[in-house]
Amino acid sequence: MLQAGEWAYTEKLKEHFMSPKNILQGDNTDDFDGVGMEGNLQCGDQMLVAIKVDKEKEVITDCKWKTYGCASAIASTSILSEMVKGMTLDQAFHVSPKDVAKELGGLPDHKIHCSVLGDKALRAAINNFYSRNGMDDKVKEEQAKIVCQCMNITDHDIEDAVLEGARTYYELQERTKLGTVCGQCKDEAEMLLEKFKHIHFGA
Amino acid sequence: MQVYFDNNATTPLHPEVKKELIAGMEMFGNPSSMHGFGREARANVEDSRRKVADFIGAHEHELVFVGSGSEANNTVLSLFVCGTSQCIPGTRMRSTIITTKIEHPCVLETSECLAHRGANVKFLDVDRYGKVDLDQLESMLGDDVGLVSVMMANNEIGTLQDIETITKMVHERGAYMHTDAVQAVGKVPVDVRKLGVDFLTMSAHKIYGPKGIGALFVRKGIPYCPLIRGGHQERGRRAGTENTLGILGLGKAVEMRSIEMAAEEKRLLELKGILKRGIEEKIDDIHFNGHPEDSLSGTLNVSFAGAEGEAILLYLDLEGIAVSTGSACASGSLDPSHVLLATGVDAETAHGSIRISMGRESTLEEVEYLLEVLPKTIQRIRDMSTAYIKGGCHVAGR
Ligand SMILES: Cc1ncc(COP(=O)(O)O)c(C=O)c1O
Ligand code: FES
Repeated sequence: MLQAGEWAYTEKLKEHFMSPKNILQGDNTDDFDGVGMEGNLQCGDQMLVAIKVDKEKEVITDCKWKTYGCASAIASTSILSEMVKGMTLDQAFHVSPKDVAKELGGLPDHKIHCSVLGDKALRAAINNFYSRNGMDDKVKEEQAKIVCQCMNITDHDIEDAVLEGARTYYELQERTKLGTVCGQCKDEAEMLLEKFKHIHFGA
Repeated sequence: MQVYFDNNATTPLHPEVKKELIAGMEMFGNPSSMHGFGREARANVEDSRRKVADFIGAHEHELVFVGSGSEANNTVLSLFVCGTSQCIPGTRMRSTIITTKIEHPCVLETSECLAHRGANVKFLDVDRYGKVDLDQLESMLGDDVGLVSVMMANNEIGTLQDIETITKMVHERGAYMHTDAVQAVGKVPVDVRKLGVDFLTMSAHKIYGPKGIGALFVRKGIPYCPLIRGGHQERGRRAGTENTLGILGLGKAVEMRSIEMAAEEKRLLELKGILKRGIEEKIDDIHFNGHPEDSLSGTLNVSFAGAEGEAILLYLDLEGIAVSTGSACASGSLDPSHVLLATGVDAETAHGSIRISMGRESTLEEVEYLLEVLPKTIQRIRDMSTAYIKGGCHVAGR
């Protein structure tokens, strides 16, 4: 008979879950140069990321975080906070959930969703730094763009659906009801579906 | 220390059941065969059937062995969309099925499937303790209702329903009554005659028996339609060569329960009291889910403000303590527990809940160990939480 696996996730993930790095002590973020908050409690996860920045070099010198989230969210943000220290803002902005998952030695597909939040909060913190420092031109808005006019479905909705498991156009429709009225949005939606599959799952 | 507090998910084999199974492995005959090997298997199957029937006050002919609790529930619900004349008469007229919002997924998902196949399915609400709304049931019970299915004990919060009263209401309106008693049989007294039900589901692995074996009580005289066809086994009600070893184990499991249940449940209730008071004393901003009295003795479901359930589960796992979470994040869905939501707790509270379910092997030492580890674990998670403000979090029912 086989013995139980030690842990549902990788050893690396376990390490970061057991002793998460860079947790923000208390609630005060006044000392930080950029703060971002993403997610909401109703959905079961929320993330706050705060960064300190060397303004000359635009390099992240410190990154702290807090979360209401599951093991994957805790571990992936812990590792993310280590990864981005020393990076330029631009480099950090482009760290993807896939990079984080790779550092952790892989995440189950259905857990990618949980790890995306740290990433998003980090980008929000970077944008927050830019706008605080009069560099609004650098703010890279992650504003949602409506793809399906009939059902009011945005590219963010499509991304969420992919993260929650949609892999085909049909599954995307099931989850979002996109493309169920005039059908005009089909081509663009299929393109985005492939794009997000590639970004998050390398598929 | 290794602590198993997830007995509502499944239970370890009773040592007596284990012995019976080991001995039973020598028996390999097909109960349908007429030779000695077959007759040996048949004798054991029928002996188990008598034990199980006795245990729930049924006649042995009223008992069908099936592959699981899930199969039994599927069988009953599916009866009511079967259109052939040998099945429940008049069901095409009575195409409405009433069940509850807090059933096990094997009832909920089957109901949804039946709705696609033409049945009219209605879901009863529950109150903040998880009790079915009887006024609502009364108002739903029309001439169109063929079946009402209400679980006897809820697997997540432990709440017990008054099946006897519900059955009377259902029968007055000419409908059939089913109860999923998978979590109830062997934990609280169950007598099918007293309850009056037409169908009752039970499963061995929740009461220290083997997995993959269940039993369905079908009251005598009720037309029936098998879910699995193509064999004369179980009097034509469930095809497939009998799981003789499983049946043997189920028989032994109920035999042991009939000896141990009463004292055991009293002991578990005491343990739960200690656990509950301990949590109350040591941890702020909590909320107990389920009914304060009408509940399974070994089950305690509790929500912690600002702490996410899966994180709690896994930190406890690292300390050797096994519990389960209402939020099914780990199983791939991000939806909070449908049961907790039905009791009116908000999604955030539901995400921060764990179920502690004790069993016959649980001890006071284990409870004390949990009471030592849990406060630290919750504190640790709350320290890194964006969602915890001491005393400022509301965790409450509706
Ligand atoms: C209330 C309830 N019904 C049905 C089942 C399913 O039983 P089985 O695991 O035997 O299919 C379970 C167990 O998970 C349960 O708790
Ligand atoms: S734009 Fe999507 S259905 Fe019309």
